[in-house]
Amino acid sequence: MDKVYSDAQAALAGMVKDGMTIMAGGFGLCGIPEALIEAIRDSGAKGLTFISNNAGVDGIGLGRLLETRQIRKMISSYVGENKLFAQQFLSGELELEFNPQGTLAERIRAGGAGIPAFYTKTGVGTLIAEGKEVREFDGEKYVMETGLFADISIVHAYKGDTEGNLVYRKTARNFNPMMATASRLTIAEVENLVPAGSIDPDCIHTPGIFVKRMVHVPNPVKHIEQRTTRKRAEAAPAGAGEEV
Amino acid sequence: MAWTREQMAERAAKELRDGFYVNLGIGIPTLVSNFIPKGMRVQLQSENGMLGMGPFPYEGEEDADLINAGKQTITELPTTSYFSSADSFGMIRGGHIDLSILGAMQVAENGDLANWMIPGKMVKGMGGAMDLVAGVKRVVVVMEHVAKAKDGSEDPKLLKSCNLPLTGTGVVDLVITDLGVFSIDKKGGTGMTLIELADGVTVEEIRAKTQAEFKVALGGGQASAA
Repeated sequence: MDKVYSDAQAALAGMVKDGMTIMAGGFGLCGIPEALIEAIRDSGAKGLTFISNNAGVDGIGLGRLLETRQIRKMISSYVGENKLFAQQFLSGELELEFNPQGTLAERIRAGGAGIPAFYTKTGVGTLIAEGKEVREFDGEKYVMETGLFADISIVHAYKGDTEGNLVYRKTARNFNPMMATASRLTIAEVENLVPAGSIDPDCIHTPGIFVKRMVHVPNPVKHIEQRTTRKRAEAAPAGAGEEV
Repeated sequence: MAWTREQMAERAAKELRDGFYVNLGIGIPTLVSNFIPKGMRVQLQSENGMLGMGPFPYEGEEDADLINAGKQTITELPTTSYFSSADSFGMIRGGHIDLSILGAMQVAENGDLANWMIPGKMVKGMGGAMDLVAGVKRVVVVMEHVAKAKDGSEDPKLLKSCNLPLTGTGVVDLVITDLGVFSIDKKGGTGMTLIELADGVTVEEIRAKTQAEFKVALGGGQASAA
């Protein structure tokens, strides 16, 4: 069975239903599956729950689905930098569940690994622990958190082969590998599509078993939220300085 | 004279040790990387999935796939490794990171920390702060000593107990403000001790701007009740 679809719309055709839960990879705007987010917008599905560390910014990433009012609930760790999000949340249109970032990552990892719940010391004695079981191990308190599993996961990878094996690039990896494991239907968009056998099996980050569908998105536009740079030292001789 | 942001960062850098793996928060904590002593090997962790964080890139060399937890463009070093968010927080929660330096809204004398939410205002989220303070071996807070309101009034930030929602309970080891340095015995429960003064700042000035109870043990001497 061929996992590769002609484009993001084709890969999602008929799969997105109203009220579904969808995981979307990325940290800020880094490593977000933008082509697949646009395809979800085109599907017109409403009342969606998104599990994603952030909610994009105005007009980019999941911000696009806020514009079309397709998101009913977000499960995230940080949602700053998004005016439309604040507006919809304050007006009560949008539900929001905050998770500490590490707890969110582990809930997704656990969900994909068949672990229904786990204990963590993160958030003990805070609002996050309210209504959750707290248990003591070796004299220290831990709060129980549950695993997360979605109907669909959309992830972004730098490279993928036709078997669905994925390789991520630099900090664009972030939440993508766990999310790839934690849904019934994981769809990956890859910047480079290569034949099976062209990636060193020792260097694969996500084994193809987790990836059901793929689309090739060459040369995607990547966004930078905070462009920070340093000046070149004018008189520095070649080879001097901290650059590596 | 109270310490400047740079001086606070420079003081925080004295908490670094050779071989440390360190996570720096956004704001003044980020400046700490400018004061790592020459020859000291310190690896900076960025919780979005990187160890061995390098400086900002030169103009034109920014890479959208290479950012820190503040979403700023950065560079890699020969020591760099990349990993998933789950591995990153495994490192943090598992106690493998030696030091976390971060900002705060309030710190209580028992080490409770509040730095993520003001009720009634739009809440942006806690990001990785709760995981960091719960999991990292030593937690250092760098913050202004008081919160200045727009009308010029000042509210203490070092309190008997925090009135903002907590990020963690009994988690802070050291607080560096623009006026001085306080250690907190978060495990032993003997409270907070003023251990250093910024140049020209007096114990009386600090006492006037601090709600928390604290002992005084300047210059590594014996603690005396304040």
